[in-house]
Amino acid sequence: MQRCRYVHLWLLGSVLPICLISGVTSVNGDVALLHQESHLKPLSEFKSNLNQTEQDNGSRVITGISIVTFKWNHVKTPYLVALWILVAVLAKLVIESLPSFVTNVIPESALLIAFGWILGGIIWAADLQQTFSLTPRVFFYFLLPQIILDAGYSMPNKLFFTNLGGILLYAILGTVWCAATLGLSLWGCQAGGAMGALDIGLLQYLLFGSLIAAVDPVAVLAVFEQVHVNEVLFIMVFGESLLNDGVTVVLFNVFDAFVKLGGPGINAVEIIKGIISFFIVAFGGSLVGLAFGLLVALLSKYTKNIQIIEPGFIFVLGYLSYLTADMLSLSAILSVTFCGVSSQKYLNSNMAESSVNTVRYVMKVFANGSETIIFVFLGISAIDKTIWVWNTGFILLTLLFILVYRFIGTFIQTWWLNQYRLVPIALIDQLIMSYGGLRGAVAYGLAAMLDDQRIKEKKLMIGTTLIVVYFTVILQGLTMKPFVTWLKVKRAAVAEVTLVEKVQNKVFEHSLVAIEDISGQIGDNYLRGKWKIFEEKWMSRFLLTSEARKKQDYIFNVFHQLNLKDAVGYVDEGERRGSLEFVRNESAFIDFKKKFGDEFSEVMPDIMAAASDDPDAMRRNPVSSVSLQMHEKTMQGMRETEDIDAHHLLQQHLYKGRKQHLHRYSRNHFDINTDDNEVQEIFQRTMRNRLESFKSAKMGLAPAKTITKHTKKDQQQKMPNGKSTDTSKNYYANNEGFEFSEGASGLEASGGSFPFRVNYRAGAGIENPTFMPDQDPMAPTQIPPWQAEDEPDGSTVSPSQRAQVRLPWTPTNLRRLAPLRISNQSTDSFAQADTPASQEKDKKWPPPPPPPSDK
Amino acid sequence: MGSKSSSLNKIPNAQELMQETGFSAAHILRLYERFEFLDVDQMGELRPEDFGAIRELSMNPIGDRIISAFFSPGKETVDFASFVRILAHFRSTETNRTRDGAQPEPANSRTRKLKFAFQLYDQDRDGKISREELLQVLRTMMEMQVTEEQLQSIAERAIQEADLDQDDAISFDEFRKSMEKVDIDHKMSIRFLS
Repeated sequence: MQRCRYVHLWLLGSVLPICLISGVTSVNGDVALLHQESHLKPLSEFKSNLNQTEQDNGSRVITGISIVTFKWNHVKTPYLVALWILVAVLAKLVIESLPSFVTNVIPESALLIAFGWILGGIIWAADLQQTFSLTPRVFFYFLLPQIILDAGYSMPNKLFFTNLGGILLYAILGTVWCAATLGLSLWGCQAGGAMGALDIGLLQYLLFGSLIAAVDPVAVLAVFEQVHVNEVLFIMVFGESLLNDGVTVVLFNVFDAFVKLGGPGINAVEIIKGIISFFIVAFGGSLVGLAFGLLVALLSKYTKNIQIIEPGFIFVLGYLSYLTADMLSLSAILSVTFCGVSSQKYLNSNMAESSVNTVRYVMKVFANGSETIIFVFLGISAIDKTIWVWNTGFILLTLLFILVYRFIGTFIQTWWLNQYRLVPIALIDQLIMSYGGLRGAVAYGLAAMLDDQRIKEKKLMIGTTLIVVYFTVILQGLTMKPFVTWLKVKRAAVAEVTLVEKVQNKVFEHSLVAIEDISGQIGDNYLRGKWKIFEEKWMSRFLLTSEARKKQDYIFNVFHQLNLKDAVGYVDEGERRGSLEFVRNESAFIDFKKKFGDEFSEVMPDIMAAASDDPDAMRRNPVSSVSLQMHEKTMQGMRETEDIDAHHLLQQHLYKGRKQHLHRYSRNHFDINTDDNEVQEIFQRTMRNRLESFKSAKMGLAPAKTITKHTKKDQQQKMPNGKSTDTSKNYYANNEGFEFSEGASGLEASGGSFPFRVNYRAGAGIENPTFMPDQDPMAPTQIPPWQAEDEPDGSTVSPSQRAQVRLPWTPTNLRRLAPLRISNQSTDSFAQADTPASQEKDKKWPPPPPPPSDK
Repeated sequence: MGSKSSSLNKIPNAQELMQETGFSAAHILRLYERFEFLDVDQMGELRPEDFGAIRELSMNPIGDRIISAFFSPGKETVDFASFVRILAHFRSTETNRTRDGAQPEPANSRTRKLKFAFQLYDQDRDGKISREELLQVLRTMMEMQVTEEQLQSIAERAIQEADLDQDDAISFDEFRKSMEKVDIDHKMSIRFLS
């Protein structure tokens, strides 16, 4: 609660200047940003505005040099834009900080609208006139595109295309149905005298119907994201809302043209032209989007060298596809949707992983930001006396018809659809689908675009649209969750992907295709199979880089993802437990760090020798498992802690060295990035190593405890240390990085031969020739505390069970760390000693083949 | 309707089949046409070669497994009734709901579907998917880009995920458990045209 209060204060602080500013603006007689941008060319307007202010400044008599000038007009527009964005984002902050029982019950979109009301009220009180409102231009050109792009880009493609038939049906027929019935019914009611005298003809009613027919993706997403309904239901509602926006805009334009044409001008030819243009606009828009999407995909194939701006392409081209379609008077929304849908797959596999993440993030930032702004402005727009023309009959009837026809339409269409669907849509799902018909900003934007010359009751329509939006977003949004719970709608399974499932999914897919082939059906699966073949043959070849194509295998990807996840979970768990339950180890670690810097190395020789046996064990166990399952480990608590501890050590040191020496600024190169990946990768491999050894221990392959000197030598020779020269050279200049690179190169080499089967030779770091001699003289008799602590309680245990359990890998890590510690004192000698050795090794041993798949 | 039932007469045991599998008369008819089409030498039975003649099937990585699923062990041929019974596994469960009670476990039930899928792996029919069996399936399904060792580690991991009793193989129960969250009905049903 305390926190909230602060936030409110903040907010108040940010609102006040805006009120002031808006006051200033209105004094200037020039209505603020959004209004201004509603002119046809905001940019040129903006420029002329700037010119004007310059002229103003120029014409002023200069009486002397003023030290500080206040150039408000100069920065006004961008300043206000920035301020508004800030306010909207702060609004979100405030809302998120509300107590959870509020946010759980009331959907965020409703809260944002309410916030907009309050804000609008404040502005109103300060200004006594409506200064800001959501103008169609701002909405359609600056707020909507990124939301739609995000929706398209993160669309679950398979689900979308499997249900495409249904989605199209709802989006096209459903929208037309809603528009037509609403228009006709309202017209009928007016003829019946239910609404008093209104100057609205049938065509205007249909126009109104078409603008308000569309379910709004922004509103739907905002509500349905909080209610986790099953995926089919979700994709139906969401897909429909996305596509029918396009449809409704088209419909709107057609009717708008009819209204312009006037009643008598409309004949059969015009109507047919209208219908044709409807389809051309819709499909043309989709095609434009598809073209742009493929263009982005193609581009991303060649952006390897400009990784920094690589993520920008999708945004620019997505926006361009929107504008292009709009320019050609095709459906811009459909265009940008399909741009996202068609490019996502190729982008995700072509771009570097960091770029993929960047795109996802930035996309979300934009979309979420605009969504927030839209809702706040929907609220603010309401606080305007001039738009409110009340007509109870009109408003109530509109609400009623919208709801009723939505239900009727959905039921009829679903009934029809269910005749053909493999898994019919359940009745409850239909209910939710109908009830989820939320209207939103698109309707408002279209209403605001109405031409008040021709449509006398524009204000009434805007007002009604706003009320419909509020009603659906707030009331229906509010009741959606209870409904879903009450009706026991099938929720989305919180799917934890397992490899078995994924493999099985593939088997299912193939068997379905096979069965369709056998039974001679040309069904979805048949088509999907054909598409797959086509895609593999052509699309992938043209649009994917060769590396990306290699990485494409689905099962393998999942496998990789799972391993990554485990690795991360492993570290997390380790750190968590390390800080809570294993204080002993933790403190030991600190001690070790502080006091025993290099003495630590003393434990090396014997530990290391134990480890050196390990590779043999590994070789005996060729089928190496990489599974890093936590559960397995929790059962073996003690082992885990040792492991974790060592990991903790390792991790800290690894990253430390890295950070210090790579702190460079570069706009064009992202060396840091690649190196970090390397670190990541090395780290993962280390973990695999360790897990590997786990496994062997578990299986009773505990390494021999005897120290065999010759194995050590063997190790050194066998060491395929391919990359070490490179890396160590790189870091030569910077002392800090050096030791790390040594460890890293060793590891890398170990992974290099084969990423999953781990060979200890390299990973263990035993090969470090320079290090060994250094160590022995230094070795003091002191026992590090963590060891010392081990001894008393473990004295009976240590030779047997405990030793078996931990010896093989703890040393590997300690070993790797040891050089780090030492080198703090004597980096140079190290460096000198190391290079020749590693070079020599390079001569003897050809570099290992690159790991087949690292990412 | 009349014409349908009359042509249904030439199909042996059509009524029983409909009863048993839940296919409608139109489905049965259509499948029978397909069966006759595949049955090149008009024996009333299909041999593996007849399946092999389906071109698309030869491109399917697990096509031969599917084919062999049609043949009960030791048999060289499959007659129409068995053909339909196998295909009935792929009907969606939902449509069947109204007519349950007739048979204890219709072929398109969740368990039967899973059993079918399970047997695609379990080639030696010992009730367990061994590591080797899983590997074989993986090998056929993965493209050439994956090395044998990677395949092995994938198989290893997959088995570990599902293997509850630590016998290094997946039994049917374990298989079913690991598929618990999967919407089998969605994943293993096709729409039969009528």
